[in-house]
Amino acid sequence: MQAIETVTVGSGGQASIVFDVIPADYTDLKLLVSARTTGTGQAWQLINILPNGVTANRSQRYLAGLGSGTDNGAGNELQAWASSASSTTNTFGSVAINIPNYLSSVAKFFSIDSVTENNATAALQVLTAGLWNDTSAITSLELTLNSGNFVEHSTATLYGILAGSDGTTTVT
Amino acid sequence: MTNAIPTKIVINCSTGVREVLELTQAEIDEREAMAIQAEADRVADEEAAEAKAEAKASGVAKLTELGLTAEEISAITGA
Repeated sequence: MQAIETVTVGSGGQASIVFDVIPADYTDLKLLVSARTTGTGQAWQLINILPNGVTANRSQRYLAGLGSGTDNGAGNELQAWASSASSTTNTFGSVAINIPNYLSSVAKFFSIDSVTENNATAALQVLTAGLWNDTSAITSLELTLNSGNFVEHSTATLYGILAGSDGTTTVT
Repeated sequence: MTNAIPTKIVINCSTGVREVLELTQAEIDEREAMAIQAEADRVADEEAAEAKAEAKASGVAKLTELGLTAEEISAITGA
C-alpha cells in the first residue's frame, strides 16, 4: 500500500476535499479520513462521497450503532460520518474507505467504515456497503458536506494498493 | 454581513499541486440538494422504523389475545 497524497485542512476549514487526477497505476484504492465538522445538532455529520464528482448511480446499504440503539437502511448515496461540533471538543471521527478495482469498466464497490468519537452516550458507528454503478474508471474522489466545513487539522490520505504478480495477491 | 462562499481544497494526485477554490453555484446547489435528500432519507428511515415497531406491538397484542404467554410470544418473535 502506497500513500498517494495527504490533505490536511488548514485554518478556516474547507467545505470539500477533492483528490483529483488519481493515477491509474494501482489495483485498489484506500482512503483514510480523520475529520471533524462545524455542523451542530447531532454529534455527527455525514460526508458525501462523490466518485468523479458526480452524485448519479450511487447506492448504499448500512448498519449503524448509535450508542444506545441500532439502525439500518439504504439510499441512493455514498456516505461516511465525521464527528461534528456537537461532539466532545477536539474529537475527530475516523473513516476507512476501500475501493477495489477502481479502474473497472463495470460497477465499483465501496466498503465504508465510519466511527465518530464523543465522550457521551451518543456516538455513531456505521458499516456501509456501497456501489457506484458506473462504467467510468474512478479518476477523482470528492468528500463534501451538506453544510458547514471540515475543521482545521482534519486529514484525508489516499492510498493505492497494487496486486501481486499473480494478479490476486496484494503486496506492499 | 456577507456570507462567505464555501471553498474546497483540491489536490492533483499526479502533480501534487494543491488549490483552494470557491464552490461554483452548481456545486452549492448540489450541496443543498444532497442536504434535502439526506433529510428525506432520515425521515423515511424514522417512519419505517416506527411502522415496524407499531406492527410488532400489534402482532404481540393479537398473540396475547389468542392466549399465548409472554414466553411463548418471545420464543416465536425472538423479542
